[in-house]
Amino acid sequence: MPDLTAKKKRPLWYNLSPLNLPLPGLVSIFHRVSGALLFLGLVWFLFLLDMSLASEDGFARFRGHVGHPLVKLLLLGFLWAYLHHFFAGIRYLFLDIDKGVDLAAARASSYAVLAVSLALTVLLGMRLW
Amino acid sequence: MVERTIVGAHYGLSGWLAQRITAIVMALATLVMVAGIWSASPLTYAIWKGLFTKWWMWLSLSLFLLSVMLHAWVGVRDILMDYIKPTGIRLTLEVLFLLALAYCTVWAMQILWRI
Repeated sequence: MPDLTAKKKRPLWYNLSPLNLPLPGLVSIFHRVSGALLFLGLVWFLFLLDMSLASEDGFARFRGHVGHPLVKLLLLGFLWAYLHHFFAGIRYLFLDIDKGVDLAAARASSYAVLAVSLALTVLLGMRLW
Repeated sequence: MVERTIVGAHYGLSGWLAQRITAIVMALATLVMVAGIWSASPLTYAIWKGLFTKWWMWLSLSLFLLSVMLHAWVGVRDILMDYIKPTGIRLTLEVLFLLALAYCTVWAMQILWRI
């Protein structure tokens, strides 16, 4: 009689890489990550806005602050987060009203969100640098 | 027999709706403010400050800042509900984030009133 409790050797293939997600899944998790990042950046943005509007001196300090290469790199990261959150958000608003929910359209719009937000980050980043 | 319909109390519906409405408000305000800042040059303090005294810039900024607080609260709450399962820790974090957002709202108003 065969031993039913014995574990069979089965092939294991756990691909847990998030990059293995389908495109809409990638847009979704980036939407969440970028949202969380922007939330964490909120205090800093308020600080910058406050400083830049407070006085002539504050504006000069603001210019100096955002002119620092490391700060610029951080701002570039936030720029991507904002753009991705913006375009992915617009995509979700359309999905909410049942526009573009079939597979082909959903994939195409995910691709567009990823591509446009990255391209605009590069373009605006180059201009602001 | 008592008829009961268990449909919940629409918990979260108002949050869901607020998230969408604030998203649209912020998207429009972003376009207005980007256009305003884009057209302002050279960017000196006088021009920068003057830009925000224009009624449409001030309105966009104030609507944006108010919206972002509400929008962020719904988003943070969603994230906490998904990942932090022990009720005590989640509640503590929710209170902390809510206090942080309340503080940011007061700060944002202070910035707006000073313009």
